[in-house]
Amino acid sequence: MSVLADKDPKPSTMTDADRAFFEQEITGLLDRLYGTALRLSKNRADAEDLVAETVTKAWANFGSLHDRQCFRGWLFRILTNTFLSECRKTAPLSIEALAEAQGEDEEPAFSLFDRLHQPFLLWWGNPEQEFLNKVLQQDLQKAVDALPKVFRVPVILSDLQGLSYQEIAETLGVPVGTVRSRLNRGRSQLQKALWQHAQEAGLKHAPATDKESSPISQTGEHHERH
Amino acid sequence: MSDIKEIGCEEALRHLFEYLDRELDGARHAEMEQHLHTCRACYSRAEFERHLKGKLGAVGKEPAPPEFELRIKNLLRRF
Repeated sequence: MSVLADKDPKPSTMTDADRAFFEQEITGLLDRLYGTALRLSKNRADAEDLVAETVTKAWANFGSLHDRQCFRGWLFRILTNTFLSECRKTAPLSIEALAEAQGEDEEPAFSLFDRLHQPFLLWWGNPEQEFLNKVLQQDLQKAVDALPKVFRVPVILSDLQGLSYQEIAETLGVPVGTVRSRLNRGRSQLQKALWQHAQEAGLKHAPATDKESSPISQTGEHHERH
Repeated sequence: MSDIKEIGCEEALRHLFEYLDRELDGARHAEMEQHLHTCRACYSRAEFERHLKGKLGAVGKEPAPPEFELRIKNLLRRF
């Protein structure tokens, strides 16, 4: 996607109250829409186009939304479907989907907690708490971005947006069992990436006395805490 | 409390993410709660996963740049 001119929305028969509701919801959810779009598309220009297209589509179809309590889930479903249909245009045969079809379910789930609990880290009073205190938002972003799309999308919808398995299943057009399996594998890969990143950044060798140093951000780069 | 089935660590860990995602039905949810109240190891693991999930939730929110906010405002004005 490039930076496109926003399309004119369809003429609407909505009332002023409908407009006010829609505008208020979009404004309130804009940071979440943008954050999700950014993790899906992994670049700012595409994320902005994706949100603009989502808002336009949502307004055009707002009349078909009967239960406004469902607005948030409905909106994120439009966002995700818009992203996925854009992907299909550029890569109709997804290598990731083929890789998934090969199946790796027999691979045991990776537990970051279990790794942090290893005896060589016990000089930390509470290694897992220490990890949580020191992990940076950009470490998490990187780990999410590194996931293959087939796992990244359900992880984003569940962990970042809080959608139910049923909502994710409906969004992706797959059974709930598939959502559960993709989430398990996505989270396992995510935790593995966080563990590898923590090791690369010196977690194993971080000085126990230096409480201010981040064991997973000692890469020589400047990191900001969010 | 006696009608809640006791579960072991293996079963608790198998359903841990579904529990944290609030996807378990009432009976299973209660079994998990009971196990986590009595097992320190599983409780610690559950707390870790809960906090990590909370931190991931924050990743899904990113302040929209001002010029993009303006683009959306202009778009909404045309509706």
